[in-house]
Formats: sequence, structure tokens, C-alpha cells
Amino acid sequence: MHVIDGTSNSIKSFLKTLSPVDQVGAEARAAMLGTRSIKTSSKTWAIDMAISMIDLTTLEGADTPGKVRAICNKAVRPDPTDSTVPHVGAICVYNDMVKIAREQLDAVGGGDIPVAAVSTAFPSGRASLEVKKVDTEFAIANGATEIDMVIDRGAFLSGDLVKVFSEIEFIKSLCGDKAHLKVILETGELVTLDNVRKASYLAMAAGADFIKTSTGKVAPAATAPVVLVMLEAVRDWYSMTGVKIGVKPAGGIRNTKDAIKQLVLVNETAGPEWLNPQLFRIGASALLNDLLMQRMKLRDGHYASPNYVTLD
Amino acid sequence: MTFEYAPAPESTSVVKLKSEYGLFINGKFLPAKGGKSFATINPATEEVLAKVALGSDADVDKAVVAARSAYNKVWSKMPAAERGKYLFRIARILQERAREFAVLETMDNGKPIRETRDVDIPLAAAHFFYHAGWADKLEHAGVGSSPKPHGVVGQIIPWNFPLLMLSWKIAPALATGNTVVLKPAETTPLTALLFAEVCQQAELPAGVVNIVTGDGTTGAEIVNHPGIDKIAFTGSTAVGKGIARAIAGTKKSATLELGGKGANIVFEHAPIDETVEGIITGIFFNQGHVCCAGSRLLVQENIHDEVMAKLKNRIEKIRVGNPLDKNTDLGAINSAAQLAKIIELADSGDAEGADRWSPNCDLSSKGFWYPPTIFTGVTQAHRIAREEIFGPVLSVLTFRTPQEAIEKANNTPFGLSAGIWTDKGSRILWTAKHLKAGVIWANTFNKFDPASPFGGYKESGWGREGGRHGLAAYLKGGK
Repeated sequence: MHVIDGTSNSIKSFLKTLSPVDQVGAEARAAMLGTRSIKTSSKTWAIDMAISMIDLTTLEGADTPGKVRAICNKAVRPDPTDSTVPHVGAICVYNDMVKIAREQLDAVGGGDIPVAAVSTAFPSGRASLEVKKVDTEFAIANGATEIDMVIDRGAFLSGDLVKVFSEIEFIKSLCGDKAHLKVILETGELVTLDNVRKASYLAMAAGADFIKTSTGKVAPAATAPVVLVMLEAVRDWYSMTGVKIGVKPAGGIRNTKDAIKQLVLVNETAGPEWLNPQLFRIGASALLNDLLMQRMKLRDGHYASPNYVTLD
Repeated sequence: MTFEYAPAPESTSVVKLKSEYGLFINGKFLPAKGGKSFATINPATEEVLAKVALGSDADVDKAVVAARSAYNKVWSKMPAAERGKYLFRIARILQERAREFAVLETMDNGKPIRETRDVDIPLAAAHFFYHAGWADKLEHAGVGSSPKPHGVVGQIIPWNFPLLMLSWKIAPALATGNTVVLKPAETTPLTALLFAEVCQQAELPAGVVNIVTGDGTTGAEIVNHPGIDKIAFTGSTAVGKGIARAIAGTKKSATLELGGKGANIVFEHAPIDETVEGIITGIFFNQGHVCCAGSRLLVQENIHDEVMAKLKNRIEKIRVGNPLDKNTDLGAINSAAQLAKIIELADSGDAEGADRWSPNCDLSSKGFWYPPTIFTGVTQAHRIAREEIFGPVLSVLTFRTPQEAIEKANNTPFGLSAGIWTDKGSRILWTAKHLKAGVIWANTFNKFDPASPFGGYKESGWGREGGRHGLAAYLKGGK
């Protein structure tokens, strides 16, 4: 459904129809949901669900083929001693590592795990459209089936919403049916929740399949109020258009408690239909091991040494 | 499979219930004269928690005599800074024993542990801390250079926030140098009796605080006792009027904090998602057993459908059930009598043609329960728009212009609270100026702070509690 035709006037008048966000109220709601007590059987369920939603990520200048292969193996068998642990949602890497990741996943039985590539001059997005085009096409050509693009925050903050919108639309056209498009808002640079809401709608209207909080390179990243506002956006977009858009918090979710709080936010905001890896992902690197430790604790009744989870 | 939250009940092992409780008079627990008692039950299960002494006229007299003696011999002679130390000590003990108080309050009242843990008990401690600081600074409270206490204060509190209402009453009374005879509500006496143990633990001088449990007759004995200098009452408007009649022509002064039918006004520029949260807080906080509840929703007609759709969606996520479960949002109705009153009034909504809506929720067959309920299509002529329901029942009305919102909001015998929801700052100021309500919240609801005076216009009461205004009520030379 076309909500916006891409002209400045139509974008502006559409965003003006959005309800404002009261920051104090949104923070209070997110904090209240953070007090939910998730124990025993519901914790077991939540841990496995969280594992299956992880976009296992390495985005470092020091990334090497060896490092990428290692996290691919981990993605397929997070706990080598327990085959009941689900595999993760995806692998997320820079575009020069896509091919290595794809080949490794295929080689070790992870053929159904997608490779996501960060794109469009990640993390800053400060590059020409030509560069962003090549960046995206290269990733797709090498086997990426998910593209994590960044929006042009400078354009957004300066009011050039047409630029933000048309870039997303353009990258979406490159993805076509070959890749899912995740749009990174970098909410830590948008700062206000009103901006988070506007950027969410802008991304959805321009064709995003997922809206993602952050690059992981800017703090604060996936705070609970930000994720709450984005979940409200996809919920309301669904009732407006009948299309379900996914949400991906990324950055700062490091332990099981944080991950479960995210699932509670999803459950009580967008609703249980969003609780699956097709509609909710968690971008993280360190989180997986904490989930595995907690999973062992629930299974065995005591905490194991950290040496029982693998460092990759 | 969906995300079901497994039961997460708070342990009750921290609470040591006695089978019987006496009256707390002159620093000791005593049986009632004549030995009468009554049972207090857990409204979520109907199980009897304890037997509690029923205070008679002789017991009230004994308590007033103890309070007078403590006032004359100890409390009025003590340096103010020393008085303050006792309040600080009580505040700290309340914090240290917070979990015990929270669990006991939930058991006796039926409200969710999330609320007793996060609201009732921390706020109760905050009231003691706030007033402790005032004890030696009363000459700066704006009630004259040498303010004096009344003497012996009779205090009667309701069942909706038992410990919190106790602290609203006792903390300012003690800080200003008065001594106290307090009667907790018949259905929720247990945290007041645990508070009596805190007074012992804090080594508060005997007789400064006396707690006489009982029913309405016990309360009437306190009101009518000639040794009482001042009455502080929180409860229904009907009882409040009775108290006003009873003390007319006597030397007694009174503060009355009575009923309400708060208007929660939603303008078209409101932040809708947070407004929906505020509507929920306004009417479903504490099962709607809140005198300042936002029980009349006035929503601008051009956004009525959008707000209702979001509100219903949100209400479906309210978790109704075991109040001790940490994930429960809406607990039990406090008593069979209150449940009957809610049912009667809500049924009048049906009979008078309003549209009832409730989500599907399984209610336990034991205990007293009422589902979260909204009535749309309500007009000013409906009983459910005029009478205080004191339950989880919201009446939804619409308005077309800001002027109409004000007229409807003020068209009530009450005037306790109101809420304003809009992103326009100028609209908030304009609306607040024209509302006749003692407490007005903007873009929030049911927020309390010891420094903020609370009280009503019209039939919602006399006087203020909290802040400097609340101190004045306990001082001669003040109002």
C-alpha cells in the first residue's frame, strides 16, 4: 500500500498525522513492562525464542575470515553439547564477509540461516548514492538475503525527508525479492521519541521489511522506550495497511534479562504474533553466551563455569 | 506456542500472622473491653487471615486518655528535632520491612503486589521522611511564627490504601506535635497493626500513636469523643457529611477527604498511546478503588473511535488474577459489599442504555472479582456518570469543544481530581485554570508525592493533606 507518494508535501503531511509521543509516559510504560517476572517454564520458552531471534553479529575492523567462520559454526550449533538448542536467526557481517559467511553456513548445515549484510556506508551512511548502490548490490550478489541499511540521519535532522525516503525506496528496489530490507534508524542520533516514531513510519512507507534501532556503534542504542515506540509503530501500521513489519533492536542487549524484557515488550505491545524470528530479531554478539548459560542453569539446576560455553 | 507467563507469586513467608490482634493503646496490645472481635479476610480467597479486636466506647476512651497523657507529659515537651528523629526512624523501618508490609497489604486488601511493592509502601515511607524534615521547621511553614499543635487528633482511614492513608494521617500529625488515635478500616486493619509494632520498634513514647480497630461504631465513638481536638477522615462523602454534622458547634476542627468522580479529558492533540496508558492508570490502578480515579473519560468526539480501539486493545492485555503474583495488574475487589455496590451501579449503566464492554477474562470463583469494564455512549444523565463507583468501571463521554469539556467536567457535586491530555502546553494551562478540582494532572494520572497537597473542592472534602498546606491542617493558627 502506498501511504506516501514520495513528494515532500505528501511525506510531511503524512508525518503530521502521527500522534506525538509523550516521553515521560513512554518511559513509564517501558519501565513497568520491565518489572514483569518471567520464571520457570516461561523463562525456558523465552530463552529458546530469544536464541532463535539473534542476528549473531560481528562488525569490527578486525574481522577476518577465521572469525566469521567461527561465528557461523556457532550460529548453527550454539551449544555443541546440546542439539535441542535452536539455531540463531541470522548472521550479520560487513559486505566483504558475506560470501565467506554464506559458504561456511552452507558447509556446516546452516543452509537455512540467512546472511545479513550491513550496507549503505554503514555505520555513518555518509556516502554518495552510487557508493550505497554498489555496496548493496555487492552484498546481494555474494549471497546476502537481508540488507541492514542505515538511514541518512543528517538528512533526517535537517528536514530533507525526501532524501531519507527516496534512499530507502531505492535500496528496496535493489533488494527486490532477493533480499529483505532492514532499515537502521540509529535512534541514538535521532534522540527524541517523536523522531523515532517519524523515522519508523518513513521507513515503513518507503518499503522496509524491518525497522532496526541502531548500528551498535552509537550509544544509547536499543533502549526499552525506543523499542516500545517502534513496536507501537509496526502494530499501528499493521492495522492501517494489513502489512506486518518486523522490528530489530540492536546494541546494548547483553544478557538474558535484557533479552526477556524485549520479548515482554513485544508480547504486550505489538502482540504475540510478532514473537517469531520472521518479525523480531535481536542484533547482538555477547548475548548468545549469556542465554546459553541461563539455559544450562535451568536444565541442570546450577550455573556452569563460563568455560562450558564457547568463545568465538 | 505463545508467551505464557508462568505463575510468579511473591512468597508470604515474610509475614508472620497472629491468629488474634488486640488494640494498640498506650504502647501495648490489649484485648477489647468485653472481648468482641471480628475477622479480616483475604478478599482474593475469602480465607480468614486473623481475628481483630472490635474497639468499644470504653476502648476509645482509654486510647484518648493515653493520647492526652502522652501529649501533655512527653510529646508536647519534647524538642522538635527529637520528634523528627522518631519520624525518620519510622521511615527507615518502613523501608527495611517494606516487603513484609507489601505482602501483608496485598493479602488483606486484594491489591496487586506490584502496586504495594512499587507504590503504597515506598510512598508511605516517603511521607514519614518528608514530614520528619518539617518537625523542627514549622515556624517556616507559612502558618505564623509560632504554630501550635491541636493536641489529640482522631483519624479514620479507608481500606483502599491502608498503610499509605495511615502515613498521610500519622506523619503530619506527629511532625506537628499532635498525638493520635487512629482507626483503620474494618476490612483492612492488619498493616496498621503491623505499623503499631513499628512504633514499638522505633521506641516511640507510649500513647503518642494509638490504634483502635473496629467498625463504623468505633469510628463514631472517636468522632464524638469530647477529648478529641481534631478529626481527620478519609472515606465516603456520606460518612464525611455525618462527621461534619456531628462536630458542628464543637471546638473540633476537621479535614475531610471524600469521594470523587474525576474527569480525564482527552483533547485531539493528545499523545494517544501514552494517553491510553494514563486512562488505564486512571481507572484500573488499585481496581479503581481510588477516590481521585479518572472514572469519567471525556474524549474529544473526533478521536473517540481511535482512542476506544486502542484502549480496548490495551485493556485486553491487563492481567487479572492472584494479587500476590508479581505479574498481576488488576487484583481483587476489597469486599463483598464493595463488589455488590459496583455490580449495582454498573448494572444501572446497562439499564440506562450505555454500552458495556469487558475483555474475556477468567475470574476465580473464590474471592471478590470484577473485570475491567468500560461503558461507552454515556451521557451526563446516566448514574454511572454522576455517582462514584469505586471500582474498575470507566464511563466514556464525548465533547466537541474545550468549553464543553470544562462544563461537563465541572458538572458534578464532586471536585477532587482531573486529568488533561494534550501536547499543547497552552491548552493544559487554560484547561487547568477552568477546572474545579483539587488535583489536576497533565499528561499523567494518579501520581502522588508527599510535597504535593491533595484534597477536594465541593463534596470531595475540606482541607488539604501533604505539603505545607497539609501541615497547616494540624496546626493552630493554620487553617
